[in-house]
Amino acid sequence: MLSIKNLHASIEGTPILRGINLEVKAGEVHAIMGPNGSGKSTLASVLAGREEYEVTEGEVIFKGKNLLDLAPEDRAREGVFLAFQYPVEIPGVSSTNFLRTAVNQVREYRGQEPLDAVKFLTMMKEKMKLVEIDQKLLSRSLNEGFSGGEKKRNEIFQMAMLEPTLSILDETDSGLDIDALRIVSNGVNQLKSDKTATIVVTHYQRLLDYIVPDFVHVLYKGRIVKSGTKELAMELEEKGYDWIKEAVDSEATV
Amino acid sequence: MSKDNQILEDLTSKEYEHGWSVKMEADEAPIGLNESIIRWISTKKEEPQWLLDWRLKAYKTWENMTEPTWANVHYPKIDLQSLVFYSAPKQAKKTKNLDEVDPQLLEIYKRLGISLNEQKRLEGVAVDVVLDSVSVATTFKDTLGKLGIIFCSFSEAVKEHPELIKKYLGSVVPMTDNYYAALNSAVFSDGSFCYIPKGVRCPMELSTYFRINAANTGQFERTLIVAEDESYVSYLEGCTAPQRDENQLHAAVVEIYAGAHAEVKYSTVQNWFPGDKNGKGGIFNFVTKRGICAGDHSKISWTQVETGSAVTWKYPSCILKGDYSIGEFYSVAVTNNYQQADTGTKMIHIGKNTKSRIVSKGISAGKSQNSYRGQVQVMKRATNARNFSQCDSLLMGDRCGAHTFPYIDINNPTAKVEHEATTSKIGEDQIFYCNQRGISTEDAVALIVNGYAKEVLNQLPMEFAVEAQKLLALTLEGSVG
Repeated sequence: MLSIKNLHASIEGTPILRGINLEVKAGEVHAIMGPNGSGKSTLASVLAGREEYEVTEGEVIFKGKNLLDLAPEDRAREGVFLAFQYPVEIPGVSSTNFLRTAVNQVREYRGQEPLDAVKFLTMMKEKMKLVEIDQKLLSRSLNEGFSGGEKKRNEIFQMAMLEPTLSILDETDSGLDIDALRIVSNGVNQLKSDKTATIVVTHYQRLLDYIVPDFVHVLYKGRIVKSGTKELAMELEEKGYDWIKEAVDSEATV
Repeated sequence: MSKDNQILEDLTSKEYEHGWSVKMEADEAPIGLNESIIRWISTKKEEPQWLLDWRLKAYKTWENMTEPTWANVHYPKIDLQSLVFYSAPKQAKKTKNLDEVDPQLLEIYKRLGISLNEQKRLEGVAVDVVLDSVSVATTFKDTLGKLGIIFCSFSEAVKEHPELIKKYLGSVVPMTDNYYAALNSAVFSDGSFCYIPKGVRCPMELSTYFRINAANTGQFERTLIVAEDESYVSYLEGCTAPQRDENQLHAAVVEIYAGAHAEVKYSTVQNWFPGDKNGKGGIFNFVTKRGICAGDHSKISWTQVETGSAVTWKYPSCILKGDYSIGEFYSVAVTNNYQQADTGTKMIHIGKNTKSRIVSKGISAGKSQNSYRGQVQVMKRATNARNFSQCDSLLMGDRCGAHTFPYIDINNPTAKVEHEATTSKIGEDQIFYCNQRGISTEDAVALIVNGYAKEVLNQLPMEFAVEAQKLLALTLEGSVG
């Protein structure tokens, strides 16, 4: 589904990603872990098409298309969803109104009829259950005055509404208490299918107790320096990142 | 940064949608302005002597006045002697029945999206259409008539209700008030008159649609709304103008009188031609709007959505004379390309326990300049006066300007006046967030801007709110890369 080859990206001339290779197949969950500043969030942003990042080398093929050639909105319409680490506030725009605009633009791109108000609300009601989100929250201005947990839940709710094929969760666990973490993870798990894939970007192993990955990759200095299964995550939790850093750094100095 | 620049490079500007004109034979005054032109207009309109005298007095006053220069707007001097001060479409014989209206006129309304036939079916909207200078047809007159409500063109009111016109004309905006008001008083051509008798709640929104069609004409309409004690009316004004290379002048006067416990809601959606993307052409909109809350517990509420005009100079104001009277001003002003707007309000607290509320939302894009200018004045005997003002500015790109000029003048120590102001930019983060959900950049801007202006848009009657939302989006189309 997703094939990243030798991806290099920089921001304002500073290289952040230095040759990422990653293959993601339908039905899989990949966890990207790594210390602060290793490029995890950059990878998520580059895949979603954030403009500040300049791709200097490499390619990304998504469902047979060159993802890097597509505008951010078209990537979204093709089925790439990014759950933001810091969801943005839009004053005066209700979540409902925002989502209805989004859902119908995505539908239009896919050649589907727009949903009328009734159908849209029915769909919303159904998906709301997934993340135990309150209707009241959805009639408020998007993310404005939401707690950290509410923002993250709202991200997963949007994901449920947009039905993406590739979901990228950027540190969705940060700022969540244990109950919210469980609810959010439940939501993500219910949305998984053999036709969709998930990339989970996280610092901690904690989230991976709930969203169990098929593969774990460690990102350091803009490269994937180690890949494994969920046991690797356990090991990182126990030993930290230092042993990996040391191994990589000593290799580099040799 | 890169995006900011791109925003500006991509300022392709949406072409003005209402930029067409229908060729109609017009009955025009000779070019220029002098006493004989005023007599010509007055004769043409078969006016009584007192009104001609009033006009001439205004003209004399105006001759000794100079154009105000304090507003934060810059434009070439207007050559009034090259303008036509009166233009009436020739076919416009007064008609009682819509079926008798010139089909060409009906076509214009259709293209404006306000076909009268359609409007007729639309429940609860009575329309008085002013094309160039003459009111062409008024709908719903019968229904309103039964309640004693008068809603007709100004010329008709002069003929049929001279006592009311005599009593109220110039009572809120004196002819000596300012340069443009004096000019309007001298040469005003037509407009709307609305009278709500005591205790009557007007059952429908009253609406006037203004449109400038003929080239080189100034439009000087005059609106007078009188709401007697305990009455209520909601009044809508919409404006468009065809696209022309030269600038056209629009200098209107609106006067509102509210008696005790009366309430008047006045909403405007102004979409005059703003000029092209290089700043050529467009309407100069110099308007004086003022209401007086004459009786106790009366209320006047102005709501305006200003998207058009090359230059706007406009301060809908409230004189809060009655005790416990309330004045409100809700405004969204959008400027793009080379547009300039200097707009705001005046709240003059005279009565005791008077309250005013100002919510102004400016949106600037392109190379435009957008100024809020507001005055809150609390007079000596206005005990317990309260005012709340909020002035927000939203900037798009880095070549536009937003300015706020609040004047506060307090002469009574019990007054409570609050002023809040914010300036923000549409964030790339917000746009990217929308993009990532599959929303195009244009739609993202529309969404964000409408959210920003929501508090004001919510004040508009339903049909108008929808139109206003579309207009905001249209005005800013192409302003973000």
